[in-house]
Amino acid sequence: MTDTTHKSAVSTPASRLTLGQVAPWLFAIAFLVLLPFVFKSNAALTIMNQMMITIVFALAYNMLLGQGGMLSFGHAVYLGFGGFMCMHIMNAVEDNGLPLPLPLLPIFGGLFGLGLATIIGSFSTRRAGTVFAMISLGIGELIAACTVIIVVLFGGEEGISGDRTYGLPVFGYEFLQQIEVYYVLGFWTVLSALLMYLFSRTPVGRMANAVRDNPERAEFLGYSARWVRFYSFCASGFFAGVAGAMVAINYEILTEQSMSATQSGVILLVAFLGGVGFFFGPIIGAIVFTLLQSVLSLYTEIWQLYLGALFLATVMFFPGGLAGVLMMHVPVARLGKFGLLVMPYIKTLLPALVSVIGVSALMEIIFHYRHAPPGDEEMTLFWVTFDSHNLLAMLIAFVVAAAGFWVAKRNSGELRNAWHAANTPDGGRA
Amino acid sequence: MDLVVINLIDGLVTGLLLFMLSSGLTLIFSMMGVLNFAHASFYMLGAYFAYQISLYVGFWPGLLIAPLIVGVLGALVERYGLRRVHQYGHVPELIFTFGLALLIEEVVQFIWGKNIVPFDEPELLNFALFSIGGNAIPAYKVFMIFISIGIFLALLYVLTRTRVGMVIQAALSYPRTVEALGHNVPLVFMGVFGVGTALAGVAGVIAGPVLGTFPGMAFLLGSIVFVTIVIGGLGSLWGALVASLLIGWLTTFAATSTFEFASLLTAIGLERPEDLSESYIRDLWTLSLPQIGPILPYILMVLILVFRPFGLFGKRDV
Repeated sequence: MTDTTHKSAVSTPASRLTLGQVAPWLFAIAFLVLLPFVFKSNAALTIMNQMMITIVFALAYNMLLGQGGMLSFGHAVYLGFGGFMCMHIMNAVEDNGLPLPLPLLPIFGGLFGLGLATIIGSFSTRRAGTVFAMISLGIGELIAACTVIIVVLFGGEEGISGDRTYGLPVFGYEFLQQIEVYYVLGFWTVLSALLMYLFSRTPVGRMANAVRDNPERAEFLGYSARWVRFYSFCASGFFAGVAGAMVAINYEILTEQSMSATQSGVILLVAFLGGVGFFFGPIIGAIVFTLLQSVLSLYTEIWQLYLGALFLATVMFFPGGLAGVLMMHVPVARLGKFGLLVMPYIKTLLPALVSVIGVSALMEIIFHYRHAPPGDEEMTLFWVTFDSHNLLAMLIAFVVAAAGFWVAKRNSGELRNAWHAANTPDGGRA
Repeated sequence: MDLVVINLIDGLVTGLLLFMLSSGLTLIFSMMGVLNFAHASFYMLGAYFAYQISLYVGFWPGLLIAPLIVGVLGALVERYGLRRVHQYGHVPELIFTFGLALLIEEVVQFIWGKNIVPFDEPELLNFALFSIGGNAIPAYKVFMIFISIGIFLALLYVLTRTRVGMVIQAALSYPRTVEALGHNVPLVFMGVFGVGTALAGVAGVIAGPVLGTFPGMAFLLGSIVFVTIVIGGLGSLWGALVASLLIGWLTTFAATSTFEFASLLTAIGLERPEDLSESYIRDLWTLSLPQIGPILPYILMVLILVFRPFGLFGKRDV
C-alpha cells in the first residue's frame, strides 16, 4: 500500500510541467540567441562555437560516466566517426547536388555515431568499471590508429575537408558566415541537451543510474545490467556523433586529431571538472574549459600544467566537480544563512588566490629561466617587466605564495566553523 | 634465417621491457584492484631522472638511484593520493591516476622541455658484441636482456620463497585475515606500489637510451602495457610474461616483414585495378604488414576480449 502512494507521489511532478522545469531551458535559449549581440567579434564566435560542440560532447560523455558509471577512455572515436561521415555527406552533396540542407547534417552524424556504438557496445558493455575502461582505451587506440591507415574513409594525415555552403539554402541562408553557423550549432546544442536530459528521466535513464550504483540489485529486480548499459552506450554514441557533425559544420575539416586519444582524455577532463554528478555539470565544465583553453593559452605556455594540476586537485578534493561545489551551497541558501559565509570566504579565498598567483608566478619565472633562448633574460609577468635570472624576482614570488598560503591556512578554521554554522538550522542540532 | 634470429632477439628485448612494466602494473592491480594509469609515467620519470643523474655522475649510479627515487615517489603517491581517493571507489581511482599521468607529462615538459634529451647508453657498453649475418648486435641490448631476466628472477624469488612474498600473496587474496594476523596491510600496499613503480623506473632507465627520452614516451608505451595485461589476464604474473613476449615478437616480426595485402587480394582472385584512386579498397592494395604492426596488439586485445574475456591466464573476474 505504501508502495503505491509512494509511486504516485513520484510520478505526478513528472507528468505535469512546472515553470521551474521549463525556465532553465527558456533561459538557456534566450541566452544563446542574445549572446552574439553582446560578443560580436569573430574570435568570440569561434570560441562560442567551440564551446557548444564541447558542451554536447561532454553531455554525451556524461551519459556514460556520470549517469551510467562507465569510464571511457576512447569516446572521441564516436565523435570522430560521426564527423568524418558528415564530411563525406557534405562532399557528396557538393559533388552530386543532393538536396540536403546543412542543418540536418547532425542527424546523420548521430546515426553514424549510433551505428558504431552499437557494434562496439555489443561486446564492450558486458562489464562496467575497469574492464570497460580498458576495452574503451584499446578500441579507441585501434580506431584512432586506423584513421591514418584507411585513407579512403579518413583521408590519412591531412584529413577530410569540405565546403558547407553547397547544401540546400534554408530560408535563403547559405551558411557563408560564422554567425549563421552559430545559430545552427546553437539549435543543435539546445535540442541535444534537452533530449539528453529527457533521456535521463526515462525509465532507461533511471535504470542506468541504478545499474551504476548497484548492478547486482538491479539484476535482482529483473533488469539486465548489460542491456541497460548497452542502451546508455548507444545513446551516448548518438550524441557524440551529433557533436562530430557539429565539428564538421563548424570547421569544415576533420583530421585524425579529432579521434585521437588526446581528445578522449580532454573530454573526460572537461566532464569531471564540471562535475559528473549533476546533469548540468558537464555544461559548466565545457564553458570553463573552453574559456581557460582560449584565454589562458594566450598568456602562458604552461597552461596545460595548470590544467593538469587543477584536474588532479578536483579529483582529490572535490570529486563532485564545479557543479558539486555549487550544489553544496543549496542547503545553505535554503536556510537563508548565506550571509554567514561571505566574510569567511573572502578572508580565506582571497589569500588563497594570492597564493595561487604567487605559485604561478614562480613557475613562470622558473620556466622562463630554463627554456627561454640564451640571452633572452627579460620577461613580463602581470604587467611587470624584469630579469628572470634575477633571484629577487623568484624570492618575491615565493614570499607572496607562502604568505598567501599562510593567511589562507590560518583563516580556514574560521571558514570551517562558519560552514557548520551556516548548515545548521536554527534551533536544530548539527 | 639470420633475420629471424635478429628479430627473435629484438622481440625479446621489447617483450622483456614490456614485462618490467606490466609485472608491476599487474601486481598493483591484483592488490588494490586499481589500474595505475600513470604507471608508464613512472617509467618516463625513471628515464629522465637517470638522464639528469648521468649528467653529473654517469650512467651507472643512475641505474640504481633513479629507480629508488621513482619508487619513493610512487609510494608517496599511493600514501597521499591514491589512498585518499580510494574512498570514492574504483572509477575515481582510475581517473586520479589518469590525471596524474597528465600532470607528470606536463611537469616533465616543464622541467626538461618538449624535445628529446640526449640520454645515451654508457661508453662501456657502446660496442657490437657479436654479429649475425652481418647485422651487429649491440652489447647494450644483451645487457638489457640480462637485467630484465635478473629482475624477473629476483621478483619470482621474493614473491614465492620469502616471508615478505608470502605476506604479499596472502594479502592479495585475504587482506582482512592478514590484517587480523597483525600485518600492516596498508603498508604492504604502499610497499608493493613503490616496488612496482620502481620496476617501471628501472625499465625507463634502461630503455631511455634506446627508445629515446622524450615527454611522449610514457603515452607511447603506456597503452601497450595496458593491452599487455589485459591480454595476459588482469592480475596474472605469468600471463603478463607470456603476453609481453607475445607482443614483443608480434610487433618486431610485423615491423620487418615484407608481406603486402595486395598478394592476399590477388590470391583470392581480385585483380589490381588500373586506377587505384577509383577503388574503394585502394588502401588494402597498398597496405603492408609493417604499416599495421603497431595496431596488432590492439586487434589481438579485442579478439581476446571477445572470445576469452578473462585473458590468456586470468582466472578471476574483475
